Amino acid sequence: MVAGPAAPSRLTARERARRAAQGRVSRSAPAPLVAPALIAVAFLVLPLAGLVVRAPWSRLGPVLSGADATQALVLSLWTATVTTGISLVIGVPLAWLLARVSFPGRRILRALVTLPLVFPPVVGGVALLLAFGRTGFLGRYLNSWFGLTIPFTPIAVVMAETFVAMPFLIITVEGALRSADQGFEEAAATLGAGRMTVFRRVTVPMIAPSLGAGAVLCWARALGEFGATITFAGSFPGQTETMPIAVYYALETDPDAAIALSLVLLAVSVIVLVSLRDRWLRGGSAP
Amino acid sequence: MLRFTLIATGLAAVAVAGCSSSSSASSTSSTSSPPATSPAASSTGTITVFAASSLKEAFTKLASQFEAAHPGDTVKFSFGPSSGLATEITSGAPADVFASASPKNMQQVVSAGDASSSQDFAKNVMEVAVPPNNPGKVTSVTDLAKSSVKVALCQPQVPCGTVAAKVFKNAGIKVTPVTLQPDVKSVLTQVETGNVDAGMVYVTDVMAAGAKVKGVAISASDNASTLYPIAAISSSKQTSIAQAFVAYVLSPAGQQVLAAAGFEKP
Repeated sequence: MVAGPAAPSRLTARERARRAAQGRVSRSAPAPLVAPALIAVAFLVLPLAGLVVRAPWSRLGPVLSGADATQALVLSLWTATVTTGISLVIGVPLAWLLARVSFPGRRILRALVTLPLVFPPVVGGVALLLAFGRTGFLGRYLNSWFGLTIPFTPIAVVMAETFVAMPFLIITVEGALRSADQGFEEAAATLGAGRMTVFRRVTVPMIAPSLGAGAVLCWARALGEFGATITFAGSFPGQTETMPIAVYYALETDPDAAIALSLVLLAVSVIVLVSLRDRWLRGGSAP
Repeated sequence: MLRFTLIATGLAAVAVAGCSSSSSASSTSSTSSPPATSPAASSTGTITVFAASSLKEAFTKLASQFEAAHPGDTVKFSFGPSSGLATEITSGAPADVFASASPKNMQQVVSAGDASSSQDFAKNVMEVAVPPNNPGKVTSVTDLAKSSVKVALCQPQVPCGTVAAKVFKNAGIKVTPVTLQPDVKSVLTQVETGNVDAGMVYVTDVMAAGAKVKGVAISASDNASTLYPIAAISSSKQTSIAQAFVAYVLSPAGQQVLAAAGFEKP
């Protein structure tokens, strides 16, 4: 779909849109809107600047090459990636169901599965503990039948992250599906394509940009997960102590280390946003 | 355009979620003193006491007695790990009194100039807490070294983690926990919910938990203790009430409450 460098015509269209947008801003931005907007910018950007200013640049190397920091970063990166994979495999089909299939209780189901978006992650952790903890209503059978204990393992970290992050993917993909033109899918169906073929060859390519954006959002949210993880998975270096938890504890013992670890998370977030922005812009004018 | 809106909403939600998870326990409001009145000794008000988690039950009872003895005064609490509370106070959290489970964390606050002097008011020793049905069949502290026994400890910088390490050293064992919890009450919670087979807590925590956990005593030769210092915070706007509360904790009435909760004399 978006193979190779963008076609000249599309570039021009984008440039036109950009200039139009700029023109609008400079012509009619009223002061009562600009002033609060600037406060908002300062509020959002200044703390990040503070992080950079206070950073112990000379100690950065030793702190970050320490075993604890590396362990936490590696754990965070792989659990967030697995979380995103699981969310794609089970979350996208759910988004499709919610968007395309009419069944009783659909609105209630949508509200239920997006609930983790709005409630405190710690509450999610407590809920997971009550369900999958060793004495939880599901966990007790896992324990007595298979000798499996989920809390305090990396599996628990992935579960906590999936619980909190998957709704971000579901809501993004569902929105894209609902606003996508169903005419293409119908055309493919009339040409004899089976329902799975339509889903794979027409629906998924059509919503690919949103799928990408949703996946990155999900990954970023999983990377930052704290409350549900520490509640359900506990904290032990190398096993369940993710970057945000490491930052939290480092603040009590070694604030410099906390700042250094925070910088790493900030850098990862910036890299993700920059790479995402490219994708948005290229995908922005795609169908 | 719609896509951008969606993404922006999502990002905002990420930010909100991030914020909410990192909030600490210090949601208690600060002092409610009238701004322009002179601080007469007889004035009443509210003080906020930052206290180690292990003091929760004893201090809650102590505060209600204090409030009864000082009509009009109110005591609010922020309970947490002493190490975390000390960091909050040195960062300017609105505390009037600090009661620490370790002289080290009190020293941190004194060195930063947030308190001038402290007084030890209690001593606590450790005990192994196990779920009532004792699934790990723990009968002594040395059982915690077994790999089949899931153990919860405090973070090493939190006093209960430091003291537990001393106990293990005295007993000559090496314990690999499954989780390092933020404070002693969360270790107790992991035991109560049956997610671990044992947790290292203070004798006072086992006593406060009642039937929800069982205690396995640690022999006096292996056990280790920690001292609890208390101090009024220099920047307090309610100095007289803060000092009155400190005096009450050290008074025979205060000491009686602490003794009933299982604390020893310093």
